[in-house]
Amino acid sequence: MIGSRSNRGFLMRMLLSSLLRRRSRLLVALVGIAIGATVLLGLVALCHDIPKQLSQEFRSYGANMVFVRAGGVGRLSMGQLEAVRAALPRTGLVGLTPFRYESVRSHMVPYTAVGTSFEDVRKTSPYWKVEGGWPTDEEGILIGEDVAMATGLAPGSPMALDGRNSEQTRYDKEMRVAGVVSTGGVEDGFIFMGLKAMEDMTGEAGVLDLAEASLMGADEGGGLAAISGNVRKAAPGVDARIVTRVSQSEDRVLSKLTSLLYLVTFVVLSLTMICVATTMMTVVLERRREIGLKKALGAENSRVAREFLAEGLLLGVIGGLLGSILGLLFARLVSESVFGRPMAPGLHLIPITILASAIVAVVACLLPVSRAVDVEPAVVLKGE
Amino acid sequence: MTNLMEIEHVSMIYGPLKALSDISLSIPKGQWLAIMGPSGSGKTTLMNIMGCLDTQSEGELTLDGMVLGKLGPEGLTAIRREAIGLIFQQFHLVGYLTALENVMVAQYYHSMVDESEALEALDRVGLAERADHLPSQLSGGEQQRVCIARALINHPKLILADEPTGNLDEANERMVMDILHKLHQAGSTIVVVTHAPEVAEHADRVIVLEHGRLISDTLTKGNGQGEGNAKAVGKAVDADKPEVEEDPSIQEAAPA
Ligand SMILES: Nc1ncnc2c1ncn2[C@@H]1O[C@H](COP(=O)(O)OP(=O)(O)OP(=O)(O)O)[C@@H](O)[C@H]1O
Ligand SMILES: [Mg+2]
Repeated sequence: MIGSRSNRGFLMRMLLSSLLRRRSRLLVALVGIAIGATVLLGLVALCHDIPKQLSQEFRSYGANMVFVRAGGVGRLSMGQLEAVRAALPRTGLVGLTPFRYESVRSHMVPYTAVGTSFEDVRKTSPYWKVEGGWPTDEEGILIGEDVAMATGLAPGSPMALDGRNSEQTRYDKEMRVAGVVSTGGVEDGFIFMGLKAMEDMTGEAGVLDLAEASLMGADEGGGLAAISGNVRKAAPGVDARIVTRVSQSEDRVLSKLTSLLYLVTFVVLSLTMICVATTMMTVVLERRREIGLKKALGAENSRVAREFLAEGLLLGVIGGLLGSILGLLFARLVSESVFGRPMAPGLHLIPITILASAIVAVVACLLPVSRAVDVEPAVVLKGE
Repeated sequence: MTNLMEIEHVSMIYGPLKALSDISLSIPKGQWLAIMGPSGSGKTTLMNIMGCLDTQSEGELTLDGMVLGKLGPEGLTAIRREAIGLIFQQFHLVGYLTALENVMVAQYYHSMVDESEALEALDRVGLAERADHLPSQLSGGEQQRVCIARALINHPKLILADEPTGNLDEANERMVMDILHKLHQAGSTIVVVTHAPEVAEHADRVIVLEHGRLISDTLTKGNGQGEGNAKAVGKAVDADKPEVEEDPSIQEAAPA
């Protein structure tokens, strides 16, 4: 039918004219919807992305598997460490860090010295805060914050260490403090040096007390247990223990954070709804005379209402589109500045956001429109 | 001889106020009727009832044989759409639509839009050149002419104008009256509410309201259907000295 089609064309022309020529008024509503959509999409995208980001972040939070001598007494050999390394899956292995503990003294005060691989410890314990710098040579050591406090040593200071090895042979060596480490844990009371430096100092090589591994993408349920089984088989005399503490709190924190984000999203959505409804109310009330005029020209209430809802729909779609683009940028910005990683572009969220803002805009129009179409044309057209 | 509209004992009551009391009036097809009277006398109220924008408290109204009191709101809306052309003192154009689109709005709600016909209507009121202008870009007189073009576009049986020249200067008033004259000559039935005697004197017939009562009904010239005898307008519209004139169209209405 040509008639209805050209009438539909005219309706589109009216709606677009209303949107384009009444810019200033509708801009408010449009901006309201767009901001709502921005925040909505931004938050949903983050809700979606943050757990992923955080779990990456958490995975690198220390080790989730520890290797010690089976039975709990005695030390591991370097050969056993290599056997462990060979038994671990190549993919997902963030790092495997050896630790060897020795009792040392400095100016008669006893300390625990830890020999390790600084290169690996930075991978398995990314949360270590080091003031000064990481050691770069054999003499370089890290001292815990408490040690630094007790001794008054700072990066650059020399530190004399002495002790006895397992054969009761005396040794002493002057090291140099490269940095001060703080973790808030036992590490704050330790002195860290390279494993090689410790072997040189003590005159004993090839032993260590434990090793820690950080494995990504394996969970407590299946993955880690299987890995630990493999290690026990491949490296006799080694006990591979799963560290559960971090993983459990990780899950708890994640689920709390996610529900918090969804709560915020819900609140923002409600606020947006109220804001858009209020704006729509004003927009529609401002146009009571136009509604009265259309009714005077013979438009039925339902027809006028449908046109206003169509306008709200158009507004919602445009605002939703704008908001989607802004929202993705916003989420990306947050993701980059907080996690230092770009977020996967949630393009699939765009149609959902547009749909949501269209629904919000139409629902927000329903009440004001249904009231406004009841105006008596004679009454509104009389006023100056 | 047919009457387009029969108004029988119509009253309009707003609480304690009787805005119209017992008005009876017949409007023959093709007549140009002017309604005069002091402010608050009920002119707009009467016009709104005639235009199906309002429903009387008492009495009955017939338009072209249709009894309006029997129609619900939707029915009255349909009558407005099909049979009435409204011209307002404040023009009431849609601000975000061009002159042409404002005329097309009436087509849109009536049946279907026809741009060339709308343009023709604007041409008839001398505004073809300004079809693409927004109301804010038009003078008051031009806006009123757009309003007239909109009122005419669906060929209404009855054209109602409430103070159509109230906001216009003399030159524009003359232009609007010329357009109404042309419509009249073409056979349209026109009702104009006005305060101005020089506007009323264009009409075939002038009625005067005071306190909601019809106090004067004067035929000023032949209404083109050979009835009534012309009376001096100046006298008839003087609301201070009401003289109720017996008019054939009133007598026709009375016995029914
Ligand atoms: N909706 C309404 N509610 C209550 N009273 C009303 C209403 N509409 C009109 N009136 C009253 O009815 C009376 C007639 O009003 P009306 O608008 O018909 O006067 P009018 O003759 O058109 O006056 P004017 O020349 O100033 O336009 C006035 O006293 C007015 O206050
Ligand atoms: Mg009035």
